[in-house]
Amino acid sequence: MQLRFSSLYAAIVLVFAATIASAIEVRTAVLRVDYQTQLPISRFDYIPEDVGFAGALLADEDNSTTGSFLGHSYKTLTRATTPEEAEAALRDILEDGIRLIVVLADQDDLLRLTDQAAQADALVFNAAAPDSGLRSDECRANLLHTALSYGQMADAVAQFALWKKWPQWLLVSGSNPEDRALADAYRHAARKFGATVVEERMFEDTGGARRTDSGHVLVQRQLPVFMQDTKAHDVVMTADATDYFAAYLPYHLWTPRPVMGSAGLRPAQMHGGHEAYGATQLQSRFEKLAGRYIRDADYNTWMALRAVGEAVTRAETATPEGVRDYLLSEDFELASFKGQGVTFRPWNGQMRQQVLLYDDRVTVSVSPQDGFLHQHSPQDTLGLDKPESNCTAFD
Amino acid sequence: MRALSALAVVATLTAGLAVWSAPAMAGKAFVSNERGNTITVVDTEKWEVITEFFGGNRPRGITMSPDGRKVYVCASDDNLVRVFDADTYEELPSLPSGPDPELFILEPSGTRLYIANEDDNLVTVTDTETRTVLAEVPVGVEPEGMGMSPDAKWVVNTSETTNMAHFISTEDYKIKHNVLVDQRPRYAQYTADGTRLYVSSEIGGTVSVMDIAPDGTPSLIKKLTFEVPGVLPEWLQPVGIKVTADGSRVFVALGPANRVAVVDGNSLDVLDYIIVGQRVWQLDFTPDEKFLLTTNGNSNDITVIDVAREKAIKSIQVGEQPWGVVTQRNGGN
Repeated sequence: MQLRFSSLYAAIVLVFAATIASAIEVRTAVLRVDYQTQLPISRFDYIPEDVGFAGALLADEDNSTTGSFLGHSYKTLTRATTPEEAEAALRDILEDGIRLIVVLADQDDLLRLTDQAAQADALVFNAAAPDSGLRSDECRANLLHTALSYGQMADAVAQFALWKKWPQWLLVSGSNPEDRALADAYRHAARKFGATVVEERMFEDTGGARRTDSGHVLVQRQLPVFMQDTKAHDVVMTADATDYFAAYLPYHLWTPRPVMGSAGLRPAQMHGGHEAYGATQLQSRFEKLAGRYIRDADYNTWMALRAVGEAVTRAETATPEGVRDYLLSEDFELASFKGQGVTFRPWNGQMRQQVLLYDDRVTVSVSPQDGFLHQHSPQDTLGLDKPESNCTAFD
Repeated sequence: MRALSALAVVATLTAGLAVWSAPAMAGKAFVSNERGNTITVVDTEKWEVITEFFGGNRPRGITMSPDGRKVYVCASDDNLVRVFDADTYEELPSLPSGPDPELFILEPSGTRLYIANEDDNLVTVTDTETRTVLAEVPVGVEPEGMGMSPDAKWVVNTSETTNMAHFISTEDYKIKHNVLVDQRPRYAQYTADGTRLYVSSEIGGTVSVMDIAPDGTPSLIKKLTFEVPGVLPEWLQPVGIKVTADGSRVFVALGPANRVAVVDGNSLDVLDYIIVGQRVWQLDFTPDEKFLLTTNGNSNDITVIDVAREKAIKSIQVGEQPWGVVTQRNGGN
């Protein structure tokens, strides 16, 4: 009898000890900087109030379900702020003890906040900024990117155009700095994969309201005129990161050609119509929670927090160094609902991933395309490869 | 006592009848066509299509009753399990499945059906006779693969986003063990002697091999990896698994690599890769284990593999985007 009791006691102690050893409380934050911007051309593209945050909510649910079997719990704080108040908002988050932070902001704010986070040894995930510099000269050791870069997007579209044997491009770009940066990415993609930009046109952003009654009447008269007398081309590539003209182009060209880039066939990280590779389940889980379709910012945030979840699940760590080391190691891989696992590039912290190409309704194709080979990973044919990146923060 | 022995006599007679009648019947395989919404019936002696019939909306997982008389189909978009007569192909009353059933496993007695609800993080247990739900077991995110130990004491469910194999006791429907595996586990298969379990990870590109103790406790012993010259590693995506009755050979469908890997069940070495149709997902042996059938979703066909020779011998066009396959045991009636 005595013996029985003591072995029972030993068993209880063992179970208890195991629970204690593996119990991890994971606290993360999503900091979103909101900007005064003009309305999008289409009201389908109005930005929902919970953009990004809804992705965090789903990640918490997914991670918590897994965590329930392992004694791990997850809680994500979400905060929207302005550029002026961003620093204070981040200070609050850091003072709260949170060291794993997803940031949705433009390049300049992201860098400022990342450097502020570095003072507290916090790890930042970029879930919004596509600028190439962040993956090269302006990279940071404590900054990982789940957001696609302009380079990944342009390369994804370029590969499809070349797979179709449409190598002659007419490049039409916007005049804002973001549009110019995106146009650079398309020029780079043309050189990289052997396409030719036969001619370029710039569509000047003259400002003014995006919403005008019967504005389409003017568009229908003016745009074809702007698009006449071009050199022979297979496709019209558009670089309109600020969304003011490209959406009008597909049916207002002078010469009928497919439009790609910022309109027509567009690159996306995820979109509400994508169903292949098990994505239906992601969509229905998301829609149940958010009551709307998923957007890139939600997906990027979800991926960042799911990556944290993988580090906690498999490496049993929730410290910024521990998570960073695991995510940059060979051991990390995350299913992405795009057909292949995703990993991080150890030279600049960019997430390697497939890029969906869609026409606003269905997934037309997924890049990288067949035949674009790479000695390490086909996903490295998209965006800055190791020799192309000037990033040294990860050395 | 008298009632019991009478029952035993009936059971013996039935079993004897089934064995006796089997050779007289042409074998059949049933293939679920995910996109075509149909079930293709294939004659497994002549290797010809017998017919194709409506199988519900988005038919995926497919299995049969132990007596070979009923075909069960996960009609994912109908949120139920459709049931068909294996001889007349007439539809019989459906079974409740919970939302979005993807794969299931029927216990050897034919009574309890364990169904993975991909959209709801649940395994639903349905009684095939009373057509009622007996239990709902909360599991990880996106449950898919379903395996059962030969003694029917354990059901193993794999969850594709949680990346675990959950070991559910069939006595109290509680999870007793969780084993972390690689990304996107799709399928779980026990050996016939119940001492080993194989779990495929589609995105991880591996098959986790677990030894199973007599009390059902799993221990992960190895992860199989695959390598095919000229095929990108990213496309080596293990899904369906079947093991020969003696455990000596393990066949693993490798998805978009368009190959079935042949693994030595003892040494756990990968011996060969058999080229089949495009995007191969699920597998089933013919009852005599002479042939292995593969569903090739992107070439709309099934491949017949000669198991002894480990060679593909034939492919047969079926419906649109074949997903699952089951062969008829016991020859039906």
